[in-house]
Amino acid sequence: MLDSARQTAEPLLETHGLTKEFRGFVAVKNVSLTVRPGTIHALIGPNGAGKTTCFNLLTKFLTPSAGTIKFKGQNITSDRPADVARRGVVRSFQISAVFPHLTVLENIRVALQRKRGSSFDFWRSERALKDLEPRANELAEAVGLQDFLHTPAVELPYGRKRALEIATTLALDPELLLLDEPTAGMGHEDVDRIAALIKRVGASRTVLMVEHNLKVVANISHIITVLARGEVLAEGDYAAVSKNKDVMQAYMGTEHA
Amino acid sequence: MTTHRVEAPAGVQGGVSRRDDVRSLRIPILAMVLLAVVAPFVIYPVFLMKMLCFALFACAFNLLIGYVGLLSFGHALFFGAAGYLAGHAAKVWGLPFELAVLTGTATAALLGLVVGGLAIRSQGIYFSMITLALAQMFFFYCLRAQFTGGEDGIQAIPRGKLLGLVSLDNNLTMYFVVLAIFLFGFFFILRVIHSPFGQVMKAVRENEPRAVSLGYKADHYKLITFVLSAGLSGLAGGTKSIVFQLASLTDVHWGTSGEVILMVLLGGLGTVFGPIVGAVVIICVESYLAGLGGWVTVVQGALFVVCVLAFRRGIIGELSRVLHRPL
Repeated sequence: MLDSARQTAEPLLETHGLTKEFRGFVAVKNVSLTVRPGTIHALIGPNGAGKTTCFNLLTKFLTPSAGTIKFKGQNITSDRPADVARRGVVRSFQISAVFPHLTVLENIRVALQRKRGSSFDFWRSERALKDLEPRANELAEAVGLQDFLHTPAVELPYGRKRALEIATTLALDPELLLLDEPTAGMGHEDVDRIAALIKRVGASRTVLMVEHNLKVVANISHIITVLARGEVLAEGDYAAVSKNKDVMQAYMGTEHA
Repeated sequence: MTTHRVEAPAGVQGGVSRRDDVRSLRIPILAMVLLAVVAPFVIYPVFLMKMLCFALFACAFNLLIGYVGLLSFGHALFFGAAGYLAGHAAKVWGLPFELAVLTGTATAALLGLVVGGLAIRSQGIYFSMITLALAQMFFFYCLRAQFTGGEDGIQAIPRGKLLGLVSLDNNLTMYFVVLAIFLFGFFFILRVIHSPFGQVMKAVRENEPRAVSLGYKADHYKLITFVLSAGLSGLAGGTKSIVFQLASLTDVHWGTSGEVILMVLLGGLGTVFGPIVGAVVIICVESYLAGLGGWVTVVQGALFVVCVLAFRRGIIGELSRVLHRPL
């Protein structure tokens, strides 16, 4: 699946020796990860392998104990979370992260607002945001939420909340999308819809996702990195990874024989 | 990044229609203004002015807790400090009414910048404790300082003339000036919560990590709101000290910080009219039950318990849920 152009392109995100220790417990150990532009890169591994910690390190929600993170060749290891987001690395969360008491439209619009710069203009009317609405409608439609524009996010069913979260993330037009278990806890229909959505999104940008659903991983990812006990166990496309003995033992052997 | 969150504000709880444009509030606002214009011809204006000052204070407090979810336990600092400064400016410096109130407001906003800057580094209960600690420090400073008059406070503050023309010694005239100040504060807050800034403010309240992951520096939004809230509390406190011609320790006492929390909770956290209703109820309880002496506090405590147990969204919060419209 991985074509040669993608393989040779400059890495978009690169980590070297990324390590995170929590009081003696090493959650992420010496992880060197290379995410190339235009790929859908999956991060898989058994529970407690350090996938989410890894995500938190990449988006600076946690500070690494050691190692460096580079985005487009620039060192972002000491950036703050909001700065990482402004560079174009935008994440989603494992637990669906919406603004529960804002409507679908407002959820998306608040993300679109970022392009205005910092919205410190407390003296202006909300009407200043009117021209963001067509784009917000488009994004809502892209994830199938066009009929729920004025519904508070809290009232959406789970799958739709995840869709809203992706729409909100897309609103920032990120170069690199970090999705933390986008299909976790979803029913079949929702899984297929979200997978198709990620694939569509991945056609024009780079996606790094943590995912448990191996069917989704097999179907849409170009490259897979397997983590176990905080370390990189294997890397490659699905065919290669699924044949790897260590991987089968650590992870797939039990679940995907 | 764990955030201690105040329970979702009443005004935005599920079931309430979310098209809360300012337009949908037109009729209740009009009713409120009409009521306020007629009231002084029926009720003693000084009593009403006290209500208006506390209503503005409660609205300012609600801006912080209801829209960014920060529970300050030291808002008396801003209310009281502005009272002292406005009083001092009017009495000692001889500044006219407008400038005296403005001095108080600016002082409160500046103090808000300092206190807020220190406190928003902490989350949840720690935030509240820091605001309380700083307010207590300020209380003891006021007790000792020269210009505050210690236990006596600043007395006989001259009301002066509005713009050097209209004497404010007449209570009715004073009332309409206070009403104008209150309405300015009220509409200012209404604008803030419906501004682009307000959208981000609410996003921070709803889910701070998510707002950060969208690239918003949550602390900046919190600090700006804190300063706005402190400044408006100062506007209320400064006006109050000139109306009553007295700035005293009561206004910087932690009891006042507690009272404003009670007003907002009783009226409805995160609602537009809740703080006003809460302030009116509490002030009425205080003055009509004044004969009970120390028991007023017990009545207030009971009110608080009933509110938390029976109608957690507050008076206006519950009303807004029943009517299916934001208030």
